Amino acid sequence: MIGFLTLLYKELLRFWKVGFQTVFAPMLSSLLYLMIFSHTLEEHVQAYPGVPYTVFLIPGLVIMAMLQNAFANSSSSLIQSKVSGNLVFMLLSPISYQEIFMAYVLASVVRGLVVGLGIYGVTVFFFDLPLYSFLWIFIFALMGTALLGALGIIAGIWADKFEQLAAFQNFVILPLTFLSGVFYTIQSLPPFWQGLSHLNPFFYMIDGFRYGFFHTSDASPYLSVGILAVCFLGVSWGTLRMLKKGYKIRQ
Amino acid sequence: MTLAIEVKQIRKRFGTLYALGGVDLEIHAGEFFALLGPNGAGKTTLINIIAGLTLASSGSVKVMGHDVVGDYREARRMLGVVPQELVFDPFFTVRETLVFQSGYYGLRNNDDWIDEIIHHLDLTDKAGANMRSLSGGMKRRVLVGQALVHKPPVIVLDEPTAGVDVELRQALWHFIKQLNRNGHTIVLTTHYLEEAEALCNRVAMLKKGHIVALDSIRNLISTISGSLVRLRLSPDTLPVALQPLMSSRDEGCFFLAIKEYSQLENVMAALRMAQAQVLELQVLQPDLEEVFVKIMGNAGNSESISTPV
Repeated sequence: MIGFLTLLYKELLRFWKVGFQTVFAPMLSSLLYLMIFSHTLEEHVQAYPGVPYTVFLIPGLVIMAMLQNAFANSSSSLIQSKVSGNLVFMLLSPISYQEIFMAYVLASVVRGLVVGLGIYGVTVFFFDLPLYSFLWIFIFALMGTALLGALGIIAGIWADKFEQLAAFQNFVILPLTFLSGVFYTIQSLPPFWQGLSHLNPFFYMIDGFRYGFFHTSDASPYLSVGILAVCFLGVSWGTLRMLKKGYKIRQ
Repeated sequence: MTLAIEVKQIRKRFGTLYALGGVDLEIHAGEFFALLGPNGAGKTTLINIIAGLTLASSGSVKVMGHDVVGDYREARRMLGVVPQELVFDPFFTVRETLVFQSGYYGLRNNDDWIDEIIHHLDLTDKAGANMRSLSGGMKRRVLVGQALVHKPPVIVLDEPTAGVDVELRQALWHFIKQLNRNGHTIVLTTHYLEEAEALCNRVAMLKKGHIVALDSIRNLISTISGSLVRLRLSPDTLPVALQPLMSSRDEGCFFLAIKEYSQLENVMAALRMAQAQVLELQVLQPDLEEVFVKIMGNAGNSESISTPV
């Protein structure tokens, strides 16, 4: 347990020490998105009836930033440690692979939540954002960041070079987030694309997260939680297997 | 006697290449042991398998009786490893690095021992400094400190003095000798054979993934029979009677191989007879380096590294 707590603390301290880059920068970029999109689209688009576009957009931007940062935390920490060789300190120690998994996922969750709270904290000053259920919000924030944290472990272990990690981020994570309904409701899409969106797990994170604010969603929040739980279990199983076998790190 | 490290039939294959081809090795508790061999002989691979950093293709390793795969948590608690590469985490200070390492081993409130390590390794001034700002020698010391945070009974040092200046090297050996006197088993790899000769009781020599020699240093040296006599003469010619003894000639000196000291008398007599004046005379004892060169030259030539065994 002490091993796990130490690793968790180390991972938290790692991003906190460079908080300008890991917390403040993503907050800034999300707020810029918000400014630009709200300025250009406010009068033209209405996603939910009676909800101004900017207000609709905020939860999407918040969870998108949370997901991206959760992924970035575990993946970049692992690849940096691998490339610089200091992963050896953890590998030499008696910390179990389950503890490694939990520490990296939890650190990702924390970073995601900190970034998300930061963006939310700034935006509520300027916009009148409804809040239907804190519990739903929290559940989806937790599941989304945990899933992305676990995916980050897989990517960080799999990638041998920073370019490979960037490719994973740019060609898998980014398209899946952008096409999940952050900037629109999938009701506005043609049926084919609506159907396709339902295959994207990120859609359920964003849709469910938004439900916690507006009490309205494209999919039932219970269905979303179920799908995300299955995804999380699947990804966790894969990640734990990789860690147990020492894939790429104990070869 | 307790075995600190027990290696049984360890093989490691990378693709079609056998880095280790069936290594057996027993290191007793309290020993000061050296693992020698040319680059690529498999020393680091063997150390990585002992440390659990690499999984062996077959065979088993125990550290203080604990299997490094089946009972890895206990095995790793028994072992402290100083890696060959100068690795560090650039996010943290020296003290943070040591405290985290200690925590990884499940230790809390280990500050007294960490302070002692910092003091012994002469890092007191740098305890609060970021790892990035440290010189190579300082980083090496922190690596040693990290290997000691959990007071492991067995300490493995992979090339600890590579690229380290003389002063630090001596300080490091002084510290490690002290650890050995306090009961820690020390296993090291080094390229400096005189270091191994001065410090260790026993050595194993690895060549192409096989152990080709495993004995005490004294026994290994005694396998080289006889000594060399270095002579500088005036005039610079070797008397005919001594020609059969000559083993080599270098920089105006003759090297004669003698089997026993009593032969020295014959050498002196022959020199007197030829009225040669002796400018320099030195009897050279065989050392570990000579043994190493001899063994590496002979042994295991028939075994190709890529042959599965």
